[in-house]
Amino acid sequence: MAEEFLRIEKLVKTFGGNAVVKGVDLGFDKGEFVTLLGPSGCGKTTILRMIAGFERPDSGRIVVEGKDISGLNPNQRKIGMVFQAYALFPNMNVADNIGFGLKIAGMARDQREARVEEMLKLIGLAGYGKRYPFELSGGQQQRVALARALAPSPRMLLLDEPLSALDAKIRVSLREQIREIQRELGITTVFVTHDQEEALSISDRIVVLNAGNVEQFGKPFDIYNRPQTRFVATFVGTLNTLNGTVADAGAKTVTLGGSTVTIPALPATARNGEAVALTMRPEAVSLANGAARDIVLDGRVAEVSFLGSVIRLKVDLGGNAISLDTFNDQRTPPPAHGSQVRVGIASSDVLVLGN
Amino acid sequence: MRRGQAWAWVVFGLGALYFLLPLIATFIFSLSIRKSGYTFDAYANVLADPRFQSTLGYSLFIGLCTIVVGILIVVPAAYYVRLRAPKLRPIIEFITLLPLIIPAIVLVFGYIRLYNSSSLLPLTSSFVGTGILLTFAYVALGLPYMYRAVDTGLRTIDVQTLTEAANILGANQMTILARVIFPNIIVAVLSGAFLTLAIVIGEFTIASLLNQPAFGVYMQNVGANRAFEPAALAVISFIITWGAMGMIQLLSRFAPKTARKD
Repeated sequence: MAEEFLRIEKLVKTFGGNAVVKGVDLGFDKGEFVTLLGPSGCGKTTILRMIAGFERPDSGRIVVEGKDISGLNPNQRKIGMVFQAYALFPNMNVADNIGFGLKIAGMARDQREARVEEMLKLIGLAGYGKRYPFELSGGQQQRVALARALAPSPRMLLLDEPLSALDAKIRVSLREQIREIQRELGITTVFVTHDQEEALSISDRIVVLNAGNVEQFGKPFDIYNRPQTRFVATFVGTLNTLNGTVADAGAKTVTLGGSTVTIPALPATARNGEAVALTMRPEAVSLANGAARDIVLDGRVAEVSFLGSVIRLKVDLGGNAISLDTFNDQRTPPPAHGSQVRVGIASSDVLVLGN
Repeated sequence: MRRGQAWAWVVFGLGALYFLLPLIATFIFSLSIRKSGYTFDAYANVLADPRFQSTLGYSLFIGLCTIVVGILIVVPAAYYVRLRAPKLRPIIEFITLLPLIIPAIVLVFGYIRLYNSSSLLPLTSSFVGTGILLTFAYVALGLPYMYRAVDTGLRTIDVQTLTEAANILGANQMTILARVIFPNIIVAVLSGAFLTLAIVIGEFTIASLLNQPAFGVYMQNVGANRAFEPAALAVISFIITWGAMGMIQLLSRFAPKTARKD
């Protein structure tokens, strides 16, 4: 197996006695787009800032291409970074901003100008070189910040919530552009966000962090469909929980709403008569209209949320409530509030999560 | 609303009158050197006096040195405090306010005691040495204005993020300060510089006790021996000071603009 491009070993960081990063171990491959995802205060930005060199770890190492960079200053690490607040230099025009790193590195003027032009084309802002940051929109400024970070050909790119300050539409288009450029350049990228949709859509792999620990590290598909902890399942996407009782642990059967169902995911440690929380995604639940769902439950529609292409229903199952997503059908309106419905769940989609 | 506006104009008018009336009176008096009518003879006398030119030139030179030294001390200090030691800010602010609390006479006696000809660093024993001492004394006098101006300038930019952005692009602290921070606070720095110049031009106590040929000392001498020329000098000195203030207003138009909001 090839050696990892970036390795984080037993990284610990405390601020005033408060441990923010608690012994994190991670390894990223070359050319990979990895997202650090988690709620505020989970330590994702602190890890990013330690990779950049703005924070020194209390213990642990950061190794890039086999070399420990933990003791290096930020200006010695050859890393590019894009900040949430753009951080363009207000006194410099776009071309000077992009060329700043090249000038510091001592690149000759003609080479520098050529590289700046190349970067401007890459971000789709050719001809904007003479403009000043205040003359650009937020999205344009962040693209310039990206070009500035990439111009000196860094070995790695760090993105610290670069889309947070932008409005929804620009956010989506810019994240697609960032991913396209990253693929084109093949640059190893670490992206920090608290937005799970952003993380799922853009990443090769996601690190889900909680209270300074790694909860799960994997591909977006696995993070969403096979969450290893309750935190991951609830933080990434919406999760339904149905409370049942283990009927026969050996046969993996559970009593749910008066009927007994087989749950393949029931752990071997389950005991007869024990309460068990069965979880599933809203899209794993459907209105039971002949689909192959082996768990069928009757309930009453408690809430109807029309989200455009998707309609989310909240169904009261008498003691349990469940959310389900159904595609919008132009010919059929969604069930009315208060109406009786039957929902179906495939037992193979049910997860039994520990805490 | 209109009634409130009228009152505001009345208060403004009274304030302006209180301020301008003595100035107008001084100006009229400066023109009254001849009994036959108004004339600029007092101004001609002052401007023709070689001591006027030499003392003004000396004060401008010392003022320039004060500004350069002040910038070299205050800008890095204020930047460091804002970036790395924000907890020190109240202490630094207090220190920079001390020249307003400690009378100039106390300051200069302290300097003379410390740097007299029999001390370890006998600055007062030579003209150049005394000039250096005067410059540093003026740096201390200008500190409250220079520090506040620079600190206000730093407040208008995101010092930490700009520093980090430049740092990760390969720049060291000196480069960051010179190429990123300083150009973005230049207008604030110049405001502090012109305030300092305005103070230095008219300063009397320290220059007099250090026996330096400064403009303030010259003004006092003329004031003690002549009648109309001091009034002309006062008006000239006002013009210089107001010119410095006007420069601050003019320069604020060239401040680097912050990003537009989407």
